[in-house]
Amino acid sequence: MRTLSGTTDLPVLLPRRMPSATEWGAADGARFFGSRTWLFLLLAMSALSVAAQASDAPARAGIVETVWKWMPLISSGFLFNLLVSAASMVLGTALGVLLGLGQISLHPSVRKASWTLTQFFRNAPWLVLLFFAMFLLPFELRIGGLVIPLPAWLKAIIGLSLPVMGNVAEIVRGGIRSIPTGQWESAESLAFSRMQILWQIIIPQAVKRMIPPWMNLYAILTMATTLISVVGIQDAMTLTRGALVAEARTDLYLPLYFMLLLMFFAYCYPIARLTLMLERRFAVNA
Amino acid sequence: MTTTQPIVVIENVEKRFGALVVLKDVSLTVKRGETICIIGPSGSGKSTLLRCINALAPIDKGQITVDGIAVNDPALDKLALRRRVGVVFQQYNLFPHKTALQNIMMAPVQVLKEDKVEVEARARRLLAKVKLSEKADVYPGELSGGQQQRVAIARSLAMNPKVMLFDEVTAALDPETKKEVLHTIRELATEGMTCVLVTHEMGFAREVADHIYFTDGGVIVEHGPPAEFFARAKEERTRAFLEQVL
Repeated sequence: MRTLSGTTDLPVLLPRRMPSATEWGAADGARFFGSRTWLFLLLAMSALSVAAQASDAPARAGIVETVWKWMPLISSGFLFNLLVSAASMVLGTALGVLLGLGQISLHPSVRKASWTLTQFFRNAPWLVLLFFAMFLLPFELRIGGLVIPLPAWLKAIIGLSLPVMGNVAEIVRGGIRSIPTGQWESAESLAFSRMQILWQIIIPQAVKRMIPPWMNLYAILTMATTLISVVGIQDAMTLTRGALVAEARTDLYLPLYFMLLLMFFAYCYPIARLTLMLERRFAVNA
Repeated sequence: MTTTQPIVVIENVEKRFGALVVLKDVSLTVKRGETICIIGPSGSGKSTLLRCINALAPIDKGQITVDGIAVNDPALDKLALRRRVGVVFQQYNLFPHKTALQNIMMAPVQVLKEDKVEVEARARRLLAKVKLSEKADVYPGELSGGQQQRVAIARSLAMNPKVMLFDEVTAALDPETKKEVLHTIRELATEGMTCVLVTHEMGFAREVADHIYFTDGGVIVEHGPPAEFFARAKEERTRAFLEQVL
């Protein structure tokens, strides 16, 4: 952490057009870097803004003001990202559970097909899958006389749910496989049917082990929702870029993107902490 | 209590795992109410034989009949077979997400579709029988090994089986808790339950068994009533084994 104050001599790390700000801004950063991450991020944010504001031309609005001005719009975009993440997660989980169960099916054909699909969607880049869904799905579905429109946001949700599906399938399969075979044997010798064993005995135990990786996957998905900006959907990322274009000020790049980062961080970090907590709690019980 | 009527009949059974022959031409008969012990070195196929009896492992040759049910029949009604055969495992295998009482109640309620109130009364009686009445609402994780094993025995008994199979049930227990479990099994045996035990407890086998089978390398080397078996083993292999364990 100490080395950071030394490396600030590098021009690339200095805020542009404001050499005066570097001394205290960097020193602050160094001092707080070792302490709570949260505190550091907030301070860094304010330091950047204040520093930038101090050296700004008087004719322009201050950075804090400007960021504040765009905040509601970008927040609404961020909310949209969260909606997309929730919808993709629900869809991907539903499909992934089926695929995961398919992988432990007694029918070899079902098992192999599920395995192949899982591996395919797990090992494909998310952005490519997103493009795949955007351009392969029609803009509307005709089922008989019924026409179901498929707007871009819906296609994006489907596109993002594909890798989620593959990963959930693997979480489900792994969770079920992690339950000792002794549980299957004793349940079998008590005359339970395979379905009863799965739903009454194995899955209730396995769900506990699936929740932490599933939450982890959700946090990753939430961050990955910014990918939809690439395919032209108005998410937080697109709106931030739009705000930057409208302001046409290079000194806003850092604060605005930083604000966006903070939003995602504020949402995903608690999930990561909770995941860790659950992991520890379940580990003790197991 | 022992009658001459056989309940488990094993005839010329062969079991293979790939190229490895684990059971070779094994035959034995268990009469109703009888307690038999199968002893022998590790890997001699004892546990596999038990698993074959309740169709957890399919056999490759021969025939097994349990209470008139042909176990190797392709059209086997596994439910009917497993209702008659209770199994207790070395690792207890209680369901960790259910309390002791729920562990005992689950199969009768869900498999046999019996009335919950009746099953609960029976489950509590069984818990009392294994001296764990006060542990009814405790989860397996909070029970000692011996206590878990006794709940596992009660769980099997709740299905009203005609035969109980015990697969090295005390092998994972310390001497103190071992006693509690052996006591429960002894009680069962004297009450007339048909018991098939795979065990390393020679003293216990000598005491409770009506008949001892010694297996080695997948075959039954020798068998006989305990007094005779322990005092005058005929086969060299049996004597060598007994010398080591006694």
